[in-house]
Amino acid sequence: MADIYLDNNATTMCDPDVVQELMPYFSEQFGNPSSLHSFGNKVGFAIKKARQQVQKLLGAEHDSEIIFTSCGSESDSTAILSALKAQPERKEIITTVVEHPAVLTLCEYLETEGYTVHKLKVDSKGNLDMDEYASLLTDKVAVVSVMWANNETGTIFPVLEMAEMADEKGIMFHTDAVQAVGKIPMNLADSKIHMLSLSGHKLHAPKGVGVLYLRRGVRFRPLLRGGHQERGRRAGTENTTGIVGLGKACELAMEHMEYENTAVAEMRDRLQEGILAAVPHSFVTGNPENRLPNTVNIAFEYIEGEAILLLMNKQGVAASSGSACTSGSLEPSHVMKAMGIPYTAAHGTVRFSLSRYNTPEEIERVIEAVPPIVAQLRKLSPYWGDNGPVENPEEAFAPVYA
Amino acid sequence: MWDYSETVKEHFYNPKNAGAVSDANAVGDVGSISCGDALRLTLKVEPETEIIIDAGFQTFGCGSAIASSSALTEMVKGKTLDQALEISNQDIADFLDGLPPEKMHCSVMGREALQAAVADYRGEVWEDDHEEGALICKCFAIDDVMIRETIRANNLSSVEEVTNYTKAGGGCSSCHEGIENILTEELEARGDTFEPSAVGKKEGVVRLNPGKKEEAPATMTPVQRILKIQEVLEGLRPALQADGGDVELMDVEGKNIYVKLTGACNGCQMAAMTLGGVQQKLIEVLGEFVKVIPHTERPVEIAGA
Repeated sequence: MADIYLDNNATTMCDPDVVQELMPYFSEQFGNPSSLHSFGNKVGFAIKKARQQVQKLLGAEHDSEIIFTSCGSESDSTAILSALKAQPERKEIITTVVEHPAVLTLCEYLETEGYTVHKLKVDSKGNLDMDEYASLLTDKVAVVSVMWANNETGTIFPVLEMAEMADEKGIMFHTDAVQAVGKIPMNLADSKIHMLSLSGHKLHAPKGVGVLYLRRGVRFRPLLRGGHQERGRRAGTENTTGIVGLGKACELAMEHMEYENTAVAEMRDRLQEGILAAVPHSFVTGNPENRLPNTVNIAFEYIEGEAILLLMNKQGVAASSGSACTSGSLEPSHVMKAMGIPYTAAHGTVRFSLSRYNTPEEIERVIEAVPPIVAQLRKLSPYWGDNGPVENPEEAFAPVYA
Repeated sequence: MWDYSETVKEHFYNPKNAGAVSDANAVGDVGSISCGDALRLTLKVEPETEIIIDAGFQTFGCGSAIASSSALTEMVKGKTLDQALEISNQDIADFLDGLPPEKMHCSVMGREALQAAVADYRGEVWEDDHEEGALICKCFAIDDVMIRETIRANNLSSVEEVTNYTKAGGGCSSCHEGIENILTEELEARGDTFEPSAVGKKEGVVRLNPGKKEEAPATMTPVQRILKIQEVLEGLRPALQADGGDVELMDVEGKNIYVKLTGACNGCQMAAMTLGGVQQKLIEVLGEFVKVIPHTERPVEIAGA
């Protein structure tokens, strides 16, 4: 039996139609799109087409608002650093405690450079406090950067409303929409979002290509200066295969948007219900009422995530975890910590993220596979007795340097 | 994914001695639930002989934490308490055919559980001197706490010194930014300023006989040169032997000096650094550039070729 891939928030399979579309740009269509001759010209038109395909998926007003980059991280860095460079008198940034490291690590670095970073806290379901947000919107703020949807829990943030609030105060608003694009319908032309980042490989395009959406009229300072590519806003010869592939992937995402929000969401719900019914002392993290259609994050109490993943992998099921050990750090996921999930559960969180390639049969197999794995590890756990957690687990086992 | 050895995988998939020993008379609880790994070791000790006749573990942790716990129980069974206490965390890692640097703390946790259990049996109070910080140097598994303590104890002020004292930063060098940040904070705390050099410190770089080109090598006959090399190696041996290792001269071919590393040096992740140190010393004494190469890496000569 083939292995089951439920780690689509990490990366996705390149759609076979995407591969077919981009292959010629490795060989016969090798020209530099900047060249005048026919070799370059054809590639130039292919990029133009891809730009329009991305524009359509995002619902952007102009295709010139699409800037191709190398990845989501580059788009995030470009957006935030551009806002700071363009408004040197503004020294504050607003973001959230649950951002992806692409934003969070950059912001922590900027703090050492003298910027003040306000990180909005979340409640136990991962929701933001909008009053706190409103109180921070002052003329000292250069940019707000809030993710559209959280990568670990799938929780969706009210970015449209937050962008309105920022825009009203004349503050730039950027959203890291890497997990949301292709899963949530968007119409940026009708929004007040000024900048948006996306990453190709999260929506069945190849790795190594991303986009920064930059609303017309928003002040901008490039990260990479040099050639005139992307209208001088991102120098460097275009990743033509990646861009062509991303264009096609955006077209396919439009076609599958409904399927993603019905059939994929149904499979996700079945997976959640099946596992929760079979595994005691497990619960969903984040906000199940308001999350991406493909994501469910389940905490299995009293065991550790890496061990779960290794045993799942042995059974041919791929997922990911917010445990400290899977990342090589000493702390569990900052997202779980921010939501106040206790350590005995935070280390045992597993994220299942589906795609349109999963089947209901696969989901049933995973529902079968997971409960024995959890039971096996709980047998080893000092917090687990014969038939359930030991009484007062936190006191019964309190190791020396807890 | 982690690069786990087959032995680690085996001990994780099929752990030995899982669960608590029913009539245990020694228990050691260690670990940190916030860091995601914790271990309870239970032992049954025969009072007359102090021999460990049974051992069991309960572990909340990742694959290598479970494997280290399983290995530990296998290693201590049949040993007396004193013999068991001689087991180091490196012994546990060796038993498992190695652990990734980020996972070495799992073997440390195993050793500490053992110390705690023995203390429990003997009615002593086990004092944990363990403090773990964020991992800075992944090549040699050195954390933030260790680097800070070493900087304070020895008044260090440069990345090079930190590398010399702790090994941190001596490998791929990608953690130098992290070490610089620690130095900046630590120097500020003692009222100093950290002044880095943009391309690494120039001190310590050996100049090949400035102004007196080729002089030293030219005055030595090949035999004298080999004797000189031998003399340098002899001078370095006591230090290596102190760490349980040794070095032996095998051959000299032009600029290539082939040596045999034995004992603790052999296969140790420090071997590359040890060779670097030997090479540096030889360059200084001989006044010419030479390359120190492990004998095992010598190209094999093909007969008749």
